[in-house]
Amino acid sequence: MSGNNEAVVRDPLILGKKTYHQMTEDICRPIEGKANKMWWVAFSVAFVTMIWGIICLAYTVGNGIGSWGANKTVGWAWDITNFVWWIGIGHAGTLISAILLLFRQRWRMSINRSAEAMTIFAVICAGLFPVFHTGRPWLDYWMLPLPNQFGSLWVNFNSPLLWDVFAISTYFSVSLVFWYLGLLPDLATVRDRCINPTKRFIYGILSFGWKGTARDWHRFEEVSLVLAGLSTPLVLSVHTIVSFDFATSIVPGWHTTIFPPYFVAGAIFSGFAMVLTLMIIARKVLNLQEYITIQHIELMNKIIILTGSIVGVAYTTEFFIAWYSGVQYESYAFINRATGPYWWAYWSMMTCNVVTPQLFWSKKIRTSVMATFIISIFVNIGMWFERFVIIVTSLHRDFLPSSWTMYSPTYIEVGIFVGTIGLFFTCFLLFSRVFPVIALAELKSILKKTGNQYKKKGIL
Amino acid sequence: MSKEIEKVAAELWAAKGKAVVVCGINNVAVQNLINGINVMLGSYGTTIDLTNTNNLRQGNDAELVGLLDEMKKGEVAAVLVYNCNPVYSLPDGKGFADAVKKAELSVSFAYTPDETSAVCQYVCPDHHALESWNDAEPKKGHFSTTQPTIAPLFSTRQFQETLLAWSGIQSNYHDYMMAGWASMLPVGMSWEQFLQKGVLENAAAPAAGLTSKADLNAAASSLNSEKGGAFELVVYEKTGLGSGVQSNNPWLQELPDPISKITWDNYLAVSPKDAREKGWAQGNMLSIKTATATAKVPVVIQPGQTPGTVSIAVGYGRNGVGKTADSIGVNAYQFVSMLGTTLSYTGAVEISKTIEEDYSFAGTQTHHTMMGRAIVKETTLEEYIKDPKAGNEEELFEVKAGKDIQHKGTEQVTLWNEHETGQHHFGMSIDLNSCIGCGSCVVACTAENNVSVVGKDEVRRSREMHWMRIDRYYTSDADPKEGESAGMAQLQKMEVPSDMPKVVFQPVMCQHCNHAPCETVCPVIATSHSSEGLNQMTYNRCVGTRYCANNCPYKVRRFNWFKYPDNPQFDFHMNNDLGKMVLNPDVVVRSRGVMEKCSMCVQRIQEGKLNAKKAGQPMVDGAVQTACSQTCPTNAITFGDYNKKESTLNKMREQERSYHLLGELNVQPNVFYLTKVRNVSEGKEA
Repeated sequence: MSGNNEAVVRDPLILGKKTYHQMTEDICRPIEGKANKMWWVAFSVAFVTMIWGIICLAYTVGNGIGSWGANKTVGWAWDITNFVWWIGIGHAGTLISAILLLFRQRWRMSINRSAEAMTIFAVICAGLFPVFHTGRPWLDYWMLPLPNQFGSLWVNFNSPLLWDVFAISTYFSVSLVFWYLGLLPDLATVRDRCINPTKRFIYGILSFGWKGTARDWHRFEEVSLVLAGLSTPLVLSVHTIVSFDFATSIVPGWHTTIFPPYFVAGAIFSGFAMVLTLMIIARKVLNLQEYITIQHIELMNKIIILTGSIVGVAYTTEFFIAWYSGVQYESYAFINRATGPYWWAYWSMMTCNVVTPQLFWSKKIRTSVMATFIISIFVNIGMWFERFVIIVTSLHRDFLPSSWTMYSPTYIEVGIFVGTIGLFFTCFLLFSRVFPVIALAELKSILKKTGNQYKKKGIL
Repeated sequence: MSKEIEKVAAELWAAKGKAVVVCGINNVAVQNLINGINVMLGSYGTTIDLTNTNNLRQGNDAELVGLLDEMKKGEVAAVLVYNCNPVYSLPDGKGFADAVKKAELSVSFAYTPDETSAVCQYVCPDHHALESWNDAEPKKGHFSTTQPTIAPLFSTRQFQETLLAWSGIQSNYHDYMMAGWASMLPVGMSWEQFLQKGVLENAAAPAAGLTSKADLNAAASSLNSEKGGAFELVVYEKTGLGSGVQSNNPWLQELPDPISKITWDNYLAVSPKDAREKGWAQGNMLSIKTATATAKVPVVIQPGQTPGTVSIAVGYGRNGVGKTADSIGVNAYQFVSMLGTTLSYTGAVEISKTIEEDYSFAGTQTHHTMMGRAIVKETTLEEYIKDPKAGNEEELFEVKAGKDIQHKGTEQVTLWNEHETGQHHFGMSIDLNSCIGCGSCVVACTAENNVSVVGKDEVRRSREMHWMRIDRYYTSDADPKEGESAGMAQLQKMEVPSDMPKVVFQPVMCQHCNHAPCETVCPVIATSHSSEGLNQMTYNRCVGTRYCANNCPYKVRRFNWFKYPDNPQFDFHMNNDLGKMVLNPDVVVRSRGVMEKCSMCVQRIQEGKLNAKKAGQPMVDGAVQTACSQTCPTNAITFGDYNKKESTLNKMREQERSYHLLGELNVQPNVFYLTKVRNVSEGKEA
C-alpha cells in the first residue's frame, strides 16, 4: 500500500467526526436495535407480494405454462425478460466487489456489502424464471450433465441454455462465497457485542470462529483477492453467455454479434441503477448518510452515464447494421421495433435508457439525491423494456408473416414477476436486520486515510 | 367488366366442345341462360354427360315444398326422417317442427341427436357407417360396398334392417343385400370376390347430346328486371363443415376456413370497400335482416368479396346436437329464401350496425400478406414457357476461394458437416400449383397423429396444435414491383391486402431441416436428426424450454400449454372413452409441457420399412404415404426417398420450379416447394 494518506484534492469518503468505535456503533445499530415501524410496513408489503408470487407460481406449476400469455410464435416473453433483467441487476454487485477491488477503488467499501447481497438476491429471483418457465420443471435436472441410467442420455453442449446453467450456477456460488467471506470479520464484531447468549452463539457459528489474529487477516486478504480474481471474468462472462441465448439463434433481432458487450454494459447499467435505488433508501432509513455520501452517489452516476451511453451506441449500431446488412428480415425486425405494434415498448426503452441518464452530465442533477433516485427508477424500467423489446418484438414477427401474432401477459405471470420483487425486498430487508449492511472491517481500514477529520489541510 | 366478359366469351368460343359454364345458383332464369350457353358451346355430350350421372347429390325442392304443405294440412300420417335434418336445414325449420307434430307417427333415424330427432316421437338410431353393411352407386355404373369395421358400440340398428323388420321380412340386411346382388353380379364373380374388390365398374354408356328450347330472351329480360336490396346475401357451405352434418366434430370446427383462416365460427363476410363506406370494422356485431329472418352476426372484412355482396356459412347455430357444435354462430339456413318452389341461397338483405361489443374471432392467421418476401414463389404461364426457372431465380453469393471469387448458392456455402444418411433419406415435395387450400391434409394429420383440439379460446391465443397448416397470403396494393425493395413507409401499407387480391396457399409442416436450428438449441437433445433425414422429437426427453420453437423459422413446433387429454377444460375427443376411440394407437398422446411437431408420419415409415423387411425386398417408392400426401385430393404433396434415384420425389426435385422455403437461411430442409404458375394472359389478372 502506498502512503498512509490520500491526496487532499479528493473528497473524504467518510463524513462526520468518526472514530472506530463510532463506526461500529453506527453500523451495528440496525442489527441490535428493534425494527422501526417503517421496516415493518416495508417488510409486510414485500412479504405479502412474495406470497402472491408464490401462489401464482404454484398455479403455473399445477396447470401448465398455458396460464401465461405465450403462444406458438412467442415462446418466451415475461419469463425470460424477467430472468435477464434480474441477472443484469446482479452485475453491479460483482463489478463493485471484484473489479473495483482490483482497481483499488476505495469508495466501493461503503456499498459493496449491500451490492453483493443484492447480487445474490437478484440471482435467486432470476433463477426462478428459467427453472419454472419449462413445461416440466420437475425434470429440469435433466439439464445437468449427471451420470444417469436412462441409457446414453447426455446434455447438449451446443445449446446456449446449457451454457446458461453453468454460467448462472457458477455466478451464484462464487458471489455467495465472496459475500460470505467478507462478512466474517463483521459477524465476529457483532458476536463480540452480543449480550444475548443465543444470539452470541448463532453469530459465533456464523463467523466461523473468527479471532482477528494476523493469520486470520492474512488468509482473509488472500482469499478475497483470489475470489476477486475469479469474479472478475464472471462480470463479463455471465451476461455474455445470457446474450448467447439470443445471439446464437437465427431469429432476426436476436442473431446479433454485438450482443455480448451490449448485454454486459446493459447489465452494469441496470445493476448500478438498482444499487442506487436501494442505497438511497437504505442510507436514509438506516441513517448511514455519512458513510454512503453524495460522492458515492455521484461516482455511481458517472458509471451510469458511461454504461448508458454504451447501451445507446449499441441500439444505434443495431439499427445501422440492420440497414447495412441488406437482410430483409433483419431490417424489418428493427423497423418493426420502432414503428410496429410494440412501438411503445421500444420508445419507453429509448427514453429511459438513452435519454434520461444523459441528464447526469449536469453536476447539479448527478449530486441530487432525489433526481438520482427518480432516474435510477427510470433506468430500471427502461432496462426491463429493453429485454421485453428484444424478446417479444423479435419473436412476434419473424420470417413467415402467416405466423405473426401478438402477445399480452396474464395476471399470473405479472403476479410472478411482482412476486420476485417481493422476494427481493423481503430478502434485502431481512439482510439489513441481520447482517451489517456496510463492510465495517474494510471501511475501518480507510478511516484514517479518507475520514473527514483526518483530511484537514496540512496533515500529510 | 364488359371487356372481361368479352374476353371470357372469346376464350370459351375458342374452346368450343371442350368448355363448360357452371351455374352456381338456383334461379331458373339464370340456369336457362347458362344452359343456353352450354348448348351453344356444344358441351352436351362432350363436357356434360347426362347419361353417366354423378350420384353424390340428389334433391327435389318442389316435392319437399309439397310434402311440407301436406304435413301442415295434417294430410301426412307418418313421417320417417332418415339422413337429413329438416328442422335445422330448412329455411322454416320451425314450420317443419310444428308440422311434424300433426303427423300421427314421427320417427327419426339419426344416430346422434339433432334438431329433428328432438321433435320426433320416436328415435330409432341408425348404425354408424363404420358399423354398417351397405352398397352404393356413386357414379352411374360404378358400384361399391361398405363393410362394418367394428361391432356396434351401442344398441342401435341399421336403418335398412329396421325397414326389413317392419316389413315383416325375416332377414338381416347383409343377407338381404347379398341375395339381391346374386343376380346382378357379372358371371364368374362371387359375392365374396365383389366384397374383396370393393368396386365394380361397368363400361360407361356414350354421352348424349341435348338441344334446348328454353326462351333465352325471356330469361334475360326477367333477370334484368330483378331488383336487389342494398346488399345481396349469399348463403354458402364452408369447405370443412359443409352442410353442418358433422358440425359436432371438433376436428372440423378447429379446421381454419381456407380463406378467412377463422375457426369455430360463422360470420358475415363483407368486402373491404363496403366496410370502409359503412364504417364497419372486423368483429363489429351487425344485424342482418331478410324478408323472413333476422340475426346478429359478427363481421369479417374479406378481401376478394365482391362489393355489394355479403356472405354467411351454414353449418353453425346448432341446438342440442352436442357440446362441440351447440351455441356456435348462427343458423344461416334461415336466410335461404323460396323462389317459387325452389330454395334460393342468395337474396336481398338489410344490414345495420348494432351497439354490441365487438366479437373476437379465433383465427389461426392474423397477418395476411407476404410483406414482399419470396415465400410463395410464382410466375405466369407465359414466363414459365419462356424459362421454366421463372420466379425461382437462385440468389448467388460472392465467395472468396483463395484469390478467385466464386458465385455460389446459399446451400453450397456452409459451416456445418452434412449428416450421414443411411439407406433412406426421406423428404417431401409440395406443388403450390396444385394446392387448392382445402385443408383435407390438416384434418388427416390431426386424425393420424392424435393432434389435440384446443378450442376457440385457445386458438384466440394462437395456441392451435395443428402439426401442419395452410398459409394463405393475399397480395397487397403496396407490394413492391419485381426487383424493388420495400421502403420503410411502404412496409406498413404492405400489411393491408388489396380489395381484390390474388390469393396463394402454402401448406407448411416441419421442414425436417438437415441443418435444423431447433436441434442445436435444445439443452437436453430432445430433438435430433435421424439417419434417414428426419428431424425427430423425443417427447419423454423434452423438458419444455420452448427454445426450439423460438428458433424455428417456419414456426411449426407446437407446445402442450396444458394437459389436453383427460382434462374437462378440453372436452373434445380426448376426454372420454368414446372420443378416445379415434386415437391412433401407433402414435403417442403427448403430455403437458412437451413440444411436438410433424414427424413425417414416422409410424407409417416404420410400418413400410417393416413390411419391406418381411417381404425381403427393398421399400418400393410410393409404398409409404404420409397422412397429408395420401389425403390430398390434388396430389400436391408427394412423399419419397431422396436415396432412390428413380423416386418421384427426385423427379420433382429436379424440376426447375423446386425451391426451399426460406432457402437463404441455409437450414437445408428436406421438404421443398414447386413454384406456382398462373395462367393469366398479358400478365394481368382477370
